[in-house]
Amino acid sequence: MRLPTAKPASPATRALEVVPPSGPTAWLTTFTAGAMTFLCVFALALSLASGRLANRWSEALAKTATIRLSAPAEQVQIQTDAILATLATTPGIASFRALDDAETRALLEPWFGPGLPVEALPIPRLIQVVEGEPPYDSEGLRQRLAAEAPGALLDDHTRWRRPLAEAASRIRLLGILSIALIGAAMAAMITLAARAALATNAEVIHVLRLVGAKDSYIARAFVRRFTLRALTGAAIGAAAGLIGVAALPAADAAGGFLTGLGFTGWGWLWPLALPPLAALVAFAATRRAAFQKLRELT
Amino acid sequence: MISFENVAYSYGGGELLSNVSLKLAPGSFHFLTGPSGAGKSTFLKLAYAELIPTSGRVILFDKDVTTLSRDDVARTRRRIGIVHQDCKFLDHMTLAANMALPFTVSDRESSAQDMEDLLGWVGLKHLADALPPQLSGGERQRAALARAVIVDPDIILADEPTGNVDWEMSLRILTLLVELNKMGKTILVATHDLNLIRQAKAQIQARVLRIAKHRVQLAGADL
Repeated sequence: MRLPTAKPASPATRALEVVPPSGPTAWLTTFTAGAMTFLCVFALALSLASGRLANRWSEALAKTATIRLSAPAEQVQIQTDAILATLATTPGIASFRALDDAETRALLEPWFGPGLPVEALPIPRLIQVVEGEPPYDSEGLRQRLAAEAPGALLDDHTRWRRPLAEAASRIRLLGILSIALIGAAMAAMITLAARAALATNAEVIHVLRLVGAKDSYIARAFVRRFTLRALTGAAIGAAAGLIGVAALPAADAAGGFLTGLGFTGWGWLWPLALPPLAALVAFAATRRAAFQKLRELT
Repeated sequence: MISFENVAYSYGGGELLSNVSLKLAPGSFHFLTGPSGAGKSTFLKLAYAELIPTSGRVILFDKDVTTLSRDDVARTRRRIGIVHQDCKFLDHMTLAANMALPFTVSDRESSAQDMEDLLGWVGLKHLADALPPQLSGGERQRAALARAVIVDPDIILADEPTGNVDWEMSLRILTLLVELNKMGKTILVATHDLNLIRQAKAQIQARVLRIAKHRVQLAGADL
């Protein structure tokens, strides 16, 4: 004769057995968790990529600055010398040089066409400054320049950098918001599924209460089940998402935005955190739903 | 053990029970009788805290049921063996697993020896592995009784335990209940079977509670 004690089972396993198996609909929870995690991987890739992009743009533009000198013709050389002298004595500057006429002409060529008589035009003199480590104090430099060369204007590209960095960080925010929404949607769906399962098993729950089961015991049976389903689904979804991201073409030298979508270095570990996170969401959602529903069932 | 003080219970419409005051002393054997729909099941449900009285107080093991938390109710029920008319089994689990359920849900182990003794006592050893729907009415009732007593409760409440079985099986179940009473258990059996009550009175000192006109009264010796 086979008795229940003949096959040792942990209390948790037996808690799982007291609720009858739930049939084909069980797959819906796994599927939902999988699909949500799959989407989450891409939202994560988007966030990380836009974060990287923001840093890259900021850094590239932050390293260089331009001093523009507009002065009467007879003043140009004097003030240029004054600027160069000022720069030479400013700490935090790696290098600097004045652009000669040929370079200035090259810069303007796309707009005015070749053969521009630069000498005849009141074109400002440009001086390129490359930031050192630690960087110079741009406000201090601006004031010294104002004193030494009134026609000089320091442009450290803040005007360009700010909107770019803002756009990138806004995209990152959207990515994070998407991840939060995906998590919330998964919690909502698992709550609904758990409530349906609890309602279907109202009679089983009644029997368990009758023989002295606490709510926590009954909840455990459901919570374990849904947590495991979400974990399985999320693991599959995360794996599929990672394969999808890995299959994207690699970023080329130009570092275009779309081709830069993906993970780099430690970033590849982020998606691995998603399945445990999904399990955690399922755990909390089912537990909450179970205790709520159990109170209704007396 | 269980006492009712001026208890009333009403469903949405009218009052089903009113002004019920009584005490079940430890080791007593009571029958609860009355026409169907008179409130026998309701009375039992009040006695195991599935229902809360609309007025008055039900005291279980020295505690007012209205003060019990859900976990307290669960703990209290581990001291009360309940036999339902329709048995209330989990149909996907074997008979033995169903009988061990009160142990399972309190994360305790039932000893194999106790289990075997209990199966032997109710005569169901050969059906330990059967699923509840495969059993006859009498087998199910005996299994329900075995499940009710497995955790060694102080009180056994049985709702029409002989409702779906023939006379011979009724006597067998009665014998089991009488044996439990002789072991010191407090027993309350709701039944409308007066023959069963007569039969019991021949074996044991049993009192009869009758529900009539919403009241629960101690019946005379006229049965």
